[in-house]
Amino acid sequence: MSNATSERRQASAAWGFLAPALVLIGVFFFVPVLAGFVMSFTDFDIYAIGSPDTIRFMGFENYRQVVTDPEFWRALRNTLYFVVVGGPLSVIASLSAALLVNAKVARFKGLFRTIYFLPVVTTMVAVAIVFRYLLHPKYGLVNRCARVLHIGPIDWLGNPHWSMPAIVLLAVWKNFGYNMLIFIAGLQSIPDDLYEAAQLDGAGARAQFVHVTLPSLGPTFLFVGIMTMIGQFQIFAEPYVMTQGGPLRSTVSVVMLMYEQGFRWWRMGYATAIAFVLFVIMLIATLIQMRLQGEGRKS
Amino acid sequence: MKRALPSILIHTLLVLGAIVTLTPLLWMVSASFMPTGQASSFPPPLLPTHPTLEHYVDLFTRLNLARDFGNSLLVTISVTLFSLVVNSMAGYAFAKLRFAGREAGSGVLVSAMVIPAQVGMMPLFLMVKGMGLVNTPWGVMIPGLAGVFGIFMIRQFAQSIPDDLLDAARIDGASEWRIYWNIVMPVLKPILVTMATFSFLSSWNDFMWPLIVLSDDTKYTLPVALANLVGEHVQDTELMMAGSVLTVLPVLAVFLVMQRSYIQGVLMGSVKG
Repeated sequence: MSNATSERRQASAAWGFLAPALVLIGVFFFVPVLAGFVMSFTDFDIYAIGSPDTIRFMGFENYRQVVTDPEFWRALRNTLYFVVVGGPLSVIASLSAALLVNAKVARFKGLFRTIYFLPVVTTMVAVAIVFRYLLHPKYGLVNRCARVLHIGPIDWLGNPHWSMPAIVLLAVWKNFGYNMLIFIAGLQSIPDDLYEAAQLDGAGARAQFVHVTLPSLGPTFLFVGIMTMIGQFQIFAEPYVMTQGGPLRSTVSVVMLMYEQGFRWWRMGYATAIAFVLFVIMLIATLIQMRLQGEGRKS
Repeated sequence: MKRALPSILIHTLLVLGAIVTLTPLLWMVSASFMPTGQASSFPPPLLPTHPTLEHYVDLFTRLNLARDFGNSLLVTISVTLFSLVVNSMAGYAFAKLRFAGREAGSGVLVSAMVIPAQVGMMPLFLMVKGMGLVNTPWGVMIPGLAGVFGIFMIRQFAQSIPDDLLDAARIDGASEWRIYWNIVMPVLKPILVTMATFSFLSSWNDFMWPLIVLSDDTKYTLPVALANLVGEHVQDTELMMAGSVLTVLPVLAVFLVMQRSYIQGVLMGSVKG
C-alpha cells in the first residue's frame, strides 16, 4: 500500500470516527450556545414558545435589566460569598487533609484517603437533605455538638445570617476530598532533596513548609483554585434542595435565579442574559486569579 | 517537617477528620432504620432503639421509588455505554490518525470546556421539546452522550499506543474500523474503565438538567424524585434518610469497587490542566 493511499484512508477514517462526537457536541452544545447568545437579545418568553412570530429583538435591554435588577445583585452577592468564603475554606481543608494523609508517620493512608474522598462521590441532592436534618436547630447533630462548646443554638437554615454559612459547610464537607487528592499528588512530586537542602540550611518544620512546600505547590494551587471557583460560581443544587433560596432569598444563587426566570416564569431571553453575564464574570474572575497567582509566584 | 510533628497528633487529627467526614453518612444510615419520629425526639438518639425496615418498605411500595431507581439506572447505564463508544472513537482519532484539521478541531473542542453549560440550557430545552423528548429518558441523556472532557482524557491515553502496532495491522490489510475495535479498544481498556466510572457517577448524581426536562413523576430520576419527596415529607426525617441511602448507595458501591482507576482518572485530569 502506498503512503498516499494510507494517508487518505486514515483521513477519511478519522472523520468517520469523529463524526458521532462532533455531531452530538455540535448540535447539542454549540448550536444551543449560539442560539442562547441570540436569544439573550430577544424578549423570548412563554408566548414565544407557542408562536415564535411574537419574538422581538430588543438589543441590550435584557442585559440592562439584569444589571439593574436588585434580585440579580442579591443572587450575585450570595454566589460571591460562596466563592470568596467557601473557596479558601475548602482549599485549606483539602490541603490540611492532604498534609495529614501524606505525613511520613501516618498509617492506613489508603483508608483515610478513601474515607475523606467518600463525600465527593455522593449525590448532592441526597446529602443536602441529610444536612437539612443535621442542621436542625433543635434535633440536629451540629447544634448538639455546638452546645457542648457552649455555642448556639443556631437556626442555621432559618436565619438569613446563617443560611449561607450552612451551605458553605455542606459544600466544604462534600468537596474537600477532591482537591485533597490533587494536593497529595502535588506533595508527592516535591523532590526530597529540596527538604534535605532546607534542613542543612537549618530550616525547621515551619520554615520548610513556608519555603519549600508552599512554593512547590504553586501550580497545584492555581489549578485547584480555578477549578474550585468555576464550580462554585455554578452552585445550584445545594440551595435548591437545602433552603429553596430562603430564608428571605438569602441563598438564591445566580444559576438558581436563572433557573427560576427561565423555567418557572419562562422568561427565557432574560434567563439566558443572566447566564451570559455569569459567564463573563467567571471569565474575569479566572483571569484575575491567574494574574494574582502568577504575581505571587514571581515575588 | 513531617517527622517533627509527633505521630500521635497526626493520627488524632486523621481520626477526627474521618469522624467528621463519616458522621453525616453514618447518621443518614442510622436514622433510616429508626421508627417514625425517633430522629426528632429529644435528645436526638444516635442509634435506633428498635431498628425497623418500615421506611424502606414504604419507599418501595407506597412511594414507588423502585421505579425512579429503574429510571436512574436506565439513563445512567445508557449514557455511560454510549458516551464511552463515541468518546473513545473521537479520542483515538485525535491521538493517532493523521488528517487535515486535527489541530483546529481539537482547538474548537477546548473552547467548549470553557463555556458553562447554562448559557445553552434554554435553547437546548426548546430543542429537546421540539424533538418531542421532554419528559423522556432520551431528553435526560442528550447532553451526556458525548463529552469533550472524556474525548481529551482518552486522547491523552491513546497517545501512548505505538504507531508501529497500527501500521503493522494496516500492512496486514486490516480496515481502520477493525484496527480500532480489535487493537485499540483492548489497549484503551484501563482508561475506558476510568471513564465509565466517571460517567456513571456524574450521570447518576446529575440534578439540574433532569429537573428541567422531567415534569412527570413516573419519569423522574432518583435525585429529582428525592428533591420532590422532601417537599411533601419534610417532617418524615427517617423516611427521607431511607430515600437518601437508596440514592447514595449505588454510587458509593461503584466508587468503592472502582476506586483505584477512578482516583487515577482524577489525577490524570488534573495533570492535563
